[in-house]
Amino acid sequence: MFYIYCPYCGEHREEEEFHNHGQAHIERPKDPDSCTDEEWGNYMFFRKNPKGLHHEIWVHAAGCRKFFNVTRHTVTYEIKEVYKMGEQPKVVAE
Amino acid sequence: MQQYSGFGLLKHSLSHHENWQRVWRNPTPKKKYDVIIVGGGGHGLATAYYLAKEHNITNVAVIEKGYLGGGNTARNTTIVRSNYLWDEAGRLYEHAMKLWEGLSQDLNYNVMFSQRGCLNLGHTLQDMRDIERRVNANRLNGIDGEVLDAKQVNEIVPILDCSDNARYPVMGASWQPRAGVARHDAVAWGFARGADMRGVDLIQQTEVLDFIIEDGTVTGVKTDRYGDIMADKVGCVVAGHSGVMAAKAGFELPLESHPLQALVSEPIKPILDTVVMSNHVHGYASQSDKGDLVIGAGIDSYLGYGQRGSYPTIEHTVQAIVEMFPIFSRVRMNRQWGGIVDTCPDACPIISKTPVKNLYFNCGWGTGGFKATPGSGNVFAASLAKGEMHEIAEPFSMFRFHNGALIDEHGAAGVAH
Amino acid sequence: MSQKNRLQSGGRIDRSKPLTFTYNGKQYEGFAGDTLASALLANGVDLIGRSFKYSRPRGIVAAGAEEPNAIMQLGATEATQVPNVRATQQELFSGLVSSATNGWPSVENDVMGLVGKIGGKMMPPGFYYKTFMYPQSMWETYETFIRKAAGLGRSPKEYDPDIYDKVNQHADVVVVGAGPAGLLAAQTAARGGARVIIADEQNEFGGSLLSSKESVDGKAAHAWVASVVKELEANENVIVLPRSTVNGYHDHNFLTIHERLTDHIADRAPNGQVRQRYHRVRAKWVVLATGAHERPLVYGNNDVPGCMVANAVSTYINRYGVVPGNELVLMTTNDNAYRTAIDWHDAGRKVQAIVDTRKNPTGALVEAARERGITVIAGSAVIDVQGSKRVTGVSVAPISEDGSKVTGSVKKLSADTVASSGGWSPVIHLSCHTGSKPVWNEEVLGFLPGKTVQKQLTAGAINGTFNTAGALEEGKKAGLEALEKLGLSAVEVAVPATTEQKESKPMALFHVPHTKPTSQAPKQFVDYQNDVTAAGIELACREGFESIEHVKRYTAMGFGTDQGKLGNINGMAVAAKVLNQSIPETGTTIFRPNYTPITFGAIAGRDCKDLFDPERYSAMHKWHLEHGAKFEDVGQWKRPWYFPKAGESMQQALDRECLATRESIGILDASTLGKIDIQGKDAREFLGRVYSNAWAKLPVGKCRYGLMLKEDGMVFDDGVTSCLAENHFLMTTTSGGAATVLNWLEFYHQTEWPELEVYFTSVTDHWATMTISGPNSRKLLEELTDADVSKDSFKFMDWKPMTVAGVPARVFRISFTGELSFEINVQANYGMHVWEKLFEHGEKYDLTPYGTETMHILRAEKGFIIAGQDTDGSVHPYDLGMGWAVSMNKPFSFIGKRGMQREDCVRAERKQMVGIKTIDPNIVLPEGAQGVFDPTAPIPMPMVGHISSSYWSACLGRSIALGFVKGGLDKMGEKVYYPLVDGRIVEAEICSPIFLDPKGERQNV
Repeated sequence: MFYIYCPYCGEHREEEEFHNHGQAHIERPKDPDSCTDEEWGNYMFFRKNPKGLHHEIWVHAAGCRKFFNVTRHTVTYEIKEVYKMGEQPKVVAE
Repeated sequence: MQQYSGFGLLKHSLSHHENWQRVWRNPTPKKKYDVIIVGGGGHGLATAYYLAKEHNITNVAVIEKGYLGGGNTARNTTIVRSNYLWDEAGRLYEHAMKLWEGLSQDLNYNVMFSQRGCLNLGHTLQDMRDIERRVNANRLNGIDGEVLDAKQVNEIVPILDCSDNARYPVMGASWQPRAGVARHDAVAWGFARGADMRGVDLIQQTEVLDFIIEDGTVTGVKTDRYGDIMADKVGCVVAGHSGVMAAKAGFELPLESHPLQALVSEPIKPILDTVVMSNHVHGYASQSDKGDLVIGAGIDSYLGYGQRGSYPTIEHTVQAIVEMFPIFSRVRMNRQWGGIVDTCPDACPIISKTPVKNLYFNCGWGTGGFKATPGSGNVFAASLAKGEMHEIAEPFSMFRFHNGALIDEHGAAGVAH
Repeated sequence: MSQKNRLQSGGRIDRSKPLTFTYNGKQYEGFAGDTLASALLANGVDLIGRSFKYSRPRGIVAAGAEEPNAIMQLGATEATQVPNVRATQQELFSGLVSSATNGWPSVENDVMGLVGKIGGKMMPPGFYYKTFMYPQSMWETYETFIRKAAGLGRSPKEYDPDIYDKVNQHADVVVVGAGPAGLLAAQTAARGGARVIIADEQNEFGGSLLSSKESVDGKAAHAWVASVVKELEANENVIVLPRSTVNGYHDHNFLTIHERLTDHIADRAPNGQVRQRYHRVRAKWVVLATGAHERPLVYGNNDVPGCMVANAVSTYINRYGVVPGNELVLMTTNDNAYRTAIDWHDAGRKVQAIVDTRKNPTGALVEAARERGITVIAGSAVIDVQGSKRVTGVSVAPISEDGSKVTGSVKKLSADTVASSGGWSPVIHLSCHTGSKPVWNEEVLGFLPGKTVQKQLTAGAINGTFNTAGALEEGKKAGLEALEKLGLSAVEVAVPATTEQKESKPMALFHVPHTKPTSQAPKQFVDYQNDVTAAGIELACREGFESIEHVKRYTAMGFGTDQGKLGNINGMAVAAKVLNQSIPETGTTIFRPNYTPITFGAIAGRDCKDLFDPERYSAMHKWHLEHGAKFEDVGQWKRPWYFPKAGESMQQALDRECLATRESIGILDASTLGKIDIQGKDAREFLGRVYSNAWAKLPVGKCRYGLMLKEDGMVFDDGVTSCLAENHFLMTTTSGGAATVLNWLEFYHQTEWPELEVYFTSVTDHWATMTISGPNSRKLLEELTDADVSKDSFKFMDWKPMTVAGVPARVFRISFTGELSFEINVQANYGMHVWEKLFEHGEKYDLTPYGTETMHILRAEKGFIIAGQDTDGSVHPYDLGMGWAVSMNKPFSFIGKRGMQREDCVRAERKQMVGIKTIDPNIVLPEGAQGVFDPTAPIPMPMVGHISSSYWSACLGRSIALGFVKGGLDKMGEKVYYPLVDGRIVEAEICSPIFLDPKGERQNV
């Protein structure tokens, strides 16, 4: 069970208080109506799914209800950094 | 070729079992193959087997990073059923079911396919509507199924708590008599043996590092132990690692690889003869021929290649099992483990051509791949052999996530285990 | 004395407290401080089970968690049965009832044993893969017989009378294992001010010291242990947990500890006490001081009762005052095990010989044995033993220096006990749980913990440090290191002096050679519980199962309840030898939780039955109970389903409820509908983005229905949202979807559109909602409010604040029934008051309470959908015929707009929702029935869509249904057929989904 630092609450809390929301930094296309089916499908469904560092969104569901970003290793499960929505990761895959 | 039989066992026992032949060779790969299968799990081995047996394509290599059948084939809860809701999924899994029925004889390897029936419990009115809908669809698709009420369920599984004391009392179930379980390792080994004896090279402990792609067409693979191995066609059947392999080929897939956990009790005397699954209470269990209660836990919400998940997932599963089977409270959990499942947004697999010519992917089976093993291999082999997707595989193209023709199995059928 | 193997003195048992217990129906006596195993051995019980596959007689082999054979059924009553309890870990209590788990008719006289002897030859590993195939139809019969042999113990058939607790803990340091290393680590960390939890699976702390004759710190080892325990217990920062197994080490330093509170007292926890407690612990640092397990050697017939692990024999003698035999032969590859022969000798029984596999054993312990006149046969091994239910003698032969073959003639010795030691395997299990791969160490001849990302320290035998002095030293070091990492200051801790002797180099031997090849030698067991032999492993390798994982799976090695604690390394060594490679080349063993098995009940804790999932009740729940409501589970809510009167069938109740509503007034408790308060200057803009229809012009005081879609265009929730003030809205959602919708709104706001100023608050539980519906509903409302609720001043789709029954209320004139209808919302704690007032005044109108089922019928008569019943994540608004709820020309491309325009979403012949009327009006189609156009088509029959809602409509005097039909919106009046499970084919006609009052006049009165 992960031990996750909520950047809004400023505390480590148990994973049970959080939900994972998948890959971070996927931006909704600015003009959906001009997207092709392929572009729209890519936005909705296609994912990086890396073995290694992953930037992902978590929500402190049973806490402050805030969404935030986590950089986590998908094999060792180490959390490398936690950063707020709108910020960019400092730890990135090579 | 060495045929297996009871008589053979007797004969070999007289020579202290010293003369059994190898089940498969340990060959050094050739420079080039007609088809390379990346991934020596159940699906990959089945693909190779059917390529050789049904399409007479024997110049085939299966390249496996670890040992044969060591991934999800070795880690699932062995349930086989075909009672899927949508026509496309029902056809695919029923195709597999028909192959299961006779697979031991076809392979001359006892995969211990045991059709002990599967109950999918309903605990709410909506569960029961979904069950009616699915069973009706199954029957019209030629898949066996019945809708049972709580009393009938209790007659089949007397140890299940069907009383009103449960938090979500059992209202009924769907019942597929032909469903059951199989010995998972034996499935991989049986297909491996069958493929090997037909000339397929099974290359173990060899990792495919990259695809060799020229002008958008795959021509081979780069390996860690044997360098480049060329092929006319490459089929990638690597389950949880599909996303990683797709990235090497330069495209993304609509997949996420999640931990899926399972656990077993200590072996106890037989007490549960059927497979019991509850999507609502979130537990499912069967009992193996060794006596272990084999229990599937949930999928963890995060990406994970660690072959392990979070403890609360195990906890919730055990709560569900004790809720469903209160008599198991004093029985003990022996062991837990995890697999890496590649889940698709519509809970259906991808059996597909890809943006790279002659590179085919078979993935996205999520939590439900084992039951499809022979069917998956069979239609994938046909697709590789002909260069055109098999009719049953056709709807499972990765491009359905562009045009929207999804086959949404978790929308209605719920659990996809 | 009946305890024929009990010594007159010594051991940590209390001879003044005799305890009576039962094994296989016979009464025996033991003492407080015994385990079931030590008590059985004291009584000279050799045979404690039959093996799984060959049904061979088996005895106790070990003294702890690694025991593979002594697996017992425990329990004096049906409800308190516990299967598969290891006798070596079960403390004895008065009245304990146990029995062997295998053997028919009894473990003594087992018929299957005969089958094992004859059939055993035909049961090499994997034999069932090679047979039972023909004919196909016979497999079920074969399997019935295979299953008869399955399992060890049995499940209880009655419900567990005990309760289980869970506790969440945080600690600076968790020390796993309270042997010398663990004790010193805990002592050091605790003295430095750390918050420490120290747990050990045994009833007493001390680990190896409990059965040791060494002295520590100038006193008997156990006296030193007692002094440390006393110090730890007195420290309020330390939690001392005996009888507590740390069975799982999970990511981010999370551990689970299984504490057994009463299993040593009685079958059933006395006086309603908690039987077992589960600790869920988050540790800043973990010190693994888990010790090591001694490896038995693999030799012929090494499973005959009387063959034991050397250290276990010492434990029985020193800790329990039990000598489990009369004549001992010790076989060893190392000095350490000489203690066993010395202990045996000093207990006054005969040591026939020490058979040392090394050519020239030297060292203090060797000398100590020789001084006692014990014969040491060097450079030799016990190649097999004689006897069936007890060892009667051994065959000893000289072996080559590398241990690969027998080099001389075989000599027989008489003996009833064979103790063997092949060295020690560090207990690295926990260190593997988080994916760390163990590393082979040639010095230690064992696997050591590998690299890990956990905050983990190790001390003592787990590191291959098998002597007490070294373990103490490492314990201190780990304690200091933990303090340093925690930022606490170091403390002075003296490492106590020990008296143990230096040992010389052990020999690397696992599998003892025989004069015959392995395949022909007497069975040499590697994994006792699964009857895996050296010959079986060799065969597996010969057949091509070359990876250790293949070997394990093919032979079942390590799959027992002991998980290969004794056998796995030996098995790998056998495989390595056949494959002509080293052990590390053969593979590593990966251990997974649990270290030892855990009661399911303890994992579940209290979270079953009504605590399995919270039950949610509305403010009027008590009233519903008192009025005989039947309930339906909707999400976590208990909602009234219908309100049957005495003697009424469900259908009769529904007919009455429906007619009362259409003819006068019905009332529904609608409190469970999700309610989200939305405020902020951009609230309106936000609504326009998350709903498919337009919200820009909704004035204050007005309500509007909306469909919520996912990005793929598919409907996932619906509800009415009302404009409370210019920047203030109240959104309603489905009862089950409230949390999901709130999360959805937050997600889009926080991740996509943070620039919008909008705030969401769940107010579902703040309001009690009651809907009065029917032609008399206005009259009733007027009696309870001064507000003007007349047709013209309170229009359809208006809402108004007003006082109802003296209570401030929001009243919404919206309708889900098609009738004149008012949804009254009051603060939840006023709910019951207002509800009762409505009934007080409603009596004259025959105000009728109705539940979800009548609500469903009434809305279906009007063709209104239920999200989640008539939608399944694969239908968009146009499929539902609800294009009117989509505003394609809104400036912002709302969620779902682009999705529903994808190629597959705009094709013809999509399944569309329509009304379905059976030709025979008396037939109510089952919900879930599948429609076809051609009922004569062969199976598989092309299906055109299913029935999603279907009811008997008392108001219309016929059945009605909503369902999906391919291209249905263009097929009004056409036929569709429903082949049912019972063989009937029901003919029906496609029609408008609005069955009643298509112009909507009833609500506009």
